[in-house]
Amino acid sequence: MAKIRKQEKKSVPAVSTASLPDIIFMLLFFFMVSTSIKEVTYKVNIRVPEATELQKLEKKSLVRYIYVGEPRPEFQKKYGKETRIQLDDSFAELNEIEMFIENERNAMKENEQGLLTVSIKADKETKMGIITDIKQALRRAQALKINYAAVQRTTY
Amino acid sequence: MAKRKVQEINASSMADIAFLLLIFFLVTTTMSVDKGLSRRLPPPLPPNMEKKDVEVNKRNILVVLINSNNQLMVQGEPLDVRELKDRAKEFILNEARESSLPEILPVDIEIDGKTETYEVTKNHVISLQNDRGTEYQKYLEVQNELVAAYNEIREEFAKKRFGKSYSELTEDQQLAVQDLYPQKISEAEPKNYGGNK
Repeated sequence: MAKIRKQEKKSVPAVSTASLPDIIFMLLFFFMVSTSIKEVTYKVNIRVPEATELQKLEKKSLVRYIYVGEPRPEFQKKYGKETRIQLDDSFAELNEIEMFIENERNAMKENEQGLLTVSIKADKETKMGIITDIKQALRRAQALKINYAAVQRTTY
Repeated sequence: MAKRKVQEINASSMADIAFLLLIFFLVTTTMSVDKGLSRRLPPPLPPNMEKKDVEVNKRNILVVLINSNNQLMVQGEPLDVRELKDRAKEFILNEARESSLPEILPVDIEIDGKTETYEVTKNHVISLQNDRGTEYQKYLEVQNELVAAYNEIREEFAKKRFGKSYSELTEDQQLAVQDLYPQKISEAEPKNYGGNK
C-alpha cells in the first residue's frame, strides 16, 4: 500500500518542446512559399471586380501595376474623395503615366522590354472615364499588353 | 585526461525566434495570386492622321453599347449581360448561315504540318463602346462575357477536331485554333455620350 501512495505523489513529467521549433519552421516555410511580398502600400481603396475568364500573371518581373480608386480615409482630408491614380507608392496624375511606363521600361532588360504587361487594379465602382484615359495614356506609351485585375466569380 | 562533456545548447528560445520570423512573413506578404483579364490595346493613332471610319459590311458588326446607367444594348436592343455570351457565339459562328449575320469564308490553317480549310466568319468584328460614366465592374463583365464566348468556341473546336480540351493541346495547336478564331473585339475611340464625367 505504501508503495502506491508514493507513486501518486510523483509529478507529471513536462511535455517536451524540443520539436516545437521544427513545427514553427514548417509553418514558416509554408507561408514563405505560398505568399508573395506586397508590392506597395495601398493609398487607395480597391475592391477588384469579379470575372470568370481569368489568366494568371506569369512573370512578376514583367508586370507593372496601376492602382485606381478612392483615396483611403487617412488621405481623404488632403486629396478629397475623388478617384485617384496611384503609381508605386504615391498618388499620380494622368500625365505621369507615360513617363512612369517609359522609366520602368528603360529599367528592364532589353530583351524583356517588349513583354512589359501593365496590370490595372481598379476599384469596381470606378467610372470608365478615368480607365479610358489611362488606356489612352498606355497606348501613347506603347504599353499595349494590359491586364484588368479581377477575382474569380463564384456566384452569379 | 578526462573527456569533458560538451554542454548542450539550450534550444528553448529557438521556437521564439521561429515565431518571430513567421509573424514577420505573415505581415509583409500577401496570399493573393494575381489574376486578371488579359487584353491587348490597339497601337496609337499617328497624331496627324484624321479619324476615319473603316468600311465594314454592316452584317459583320455586332455593336455592343453600355450607357452611363450600366445598361447594355446589343444591335439596338437592350439585353441582359447573362445572354450576351450566347448572343456573341451565335454571331461569331453563324451556324444557320443567315444573311443578317456575318458572311462565312474559307480559311486555311496549319495543323501539325498539314493545311486544313475551315469555313468561319472571317471578317466579323465585335464593336464595344462605353460611356465615361459606365462602372468598371459592368465594363469588365461585358468584356468577360465576350472573351468567354471566344473561349467556348475554341474549346468546342478543340473537342471536335482533336478530341481534347483546348488547354491540353500543344502550343502550336493552340496557336492554330487562335488563328481560326481570333478575338476580334474592337473598342471605339472614346467619345463622351452621357455628358457627365
